Amino acid sequence: MKNPITGLNKIFESRIRLGVMSILMVNEEISFNDLKQMLEVTDGNLATHLVNLEENGFIKVHKGFIGRKTNTTYSITKPGEKAFTDHITALETMIRGVK
Amino acid sequence: MEDYNQPPADTLKDIKQLMERSSRFISLSGWSGIAAGVCALIAAFLVAQKAGCWRINECLLGRLTAGEEVLLQRDLYLIAILTFIAAFFSALFFTWLRSKKTKVPVWGIVARRLMWNVAIPLAAGAVFLYRLAELQQYELVAPGCLVFYGLALVNASRFTLIEIRYLGYAEILLGLINCWCIGYGLHFWAIGFGVLHIVYGAIMWWKYERKPGQL
Repeated sequence: MKNPITGLNKIFESRIRLGVMSILMVNEEISFNDLKQMLEVTDGNLATHLVNLEENGFIKVHKGFIGRKTNTTYSITKPGEKAFTDHITALETMIRGVK
Repeated sequence: MEDYNQPPADTLKDIKQLMERSSRFISLSGWSGIAAGVCALIAAFLVAQKAGCWRINECLLGRLTAGEEVLLQRDLYLIAILTFIAAFFSALFFTWLRSKKTKVPVWGIVARRLMWNVAIPLAAGAVFLYRLAELQQYELVAPGCLVFYGLALVNASRFTLIEIRYLGYAEILLGLINCWCIGYGLHFWAIGFGVLHIVYGAIMWWKYERKPGQL
């Protein structure tokens, strides 16, 4: 899963997946529509990436209802948090390496 | 768009920006502060005019306590409500303009969180002050406005530009001092809601919205 040279996480090579994780780091819980709005992506595109993140155990999905409308919200898991911080640390190390 | 092929520094910058935009309402415009401040100063002027407060001895506000000035009381409530509406909508207008530039929706999740957290202390304060006025404790209404508003701003600072916290501290301090300067409520009110808002708005504009070369 990890790039042995840089320590970067392959899963976060996608801009959208990394974006989702960034948002979930600072928001306890966030809905599908809010994610869509903030990342400016299409439904299908976002859904695919969310499934990927969920399968990797990085995010938790909560299905709920507001009246009759489904309201799906997402939150980050402990392993997700760790993977994200490791990824950031790797990025920072790379920057320092370049300088 | 799909994969990152950009330098890590840019990626980190994107992450930071996304975190900020998703947790704080950054579209609050300095002009909103200035507009609200101007509304407050106009209101203070109208009240002073209505109640004849230019000379201390002639001010009718002191006589509200006796329950003599029912008409004046009604006018004051009217001015208060109109001021709140005018300040709110002018502030909203400039923030709406700014949100088009920052591309953060005015009614997105961060804006909703911000509004909710401002509304709680303000609503509690409004009920409390209404009751104070009912009990004819008019002297404490102006300090109360300042204290509750200050608390609302401190509460809000977690969800928007952090500097608003200092405006909140200043309002609270001003309100508390006012508690021991009975009779000068209108002056404190005008400073807190008028002057401080304008100063804060100007600083925010200077810091975040000024284009290079402007001023």
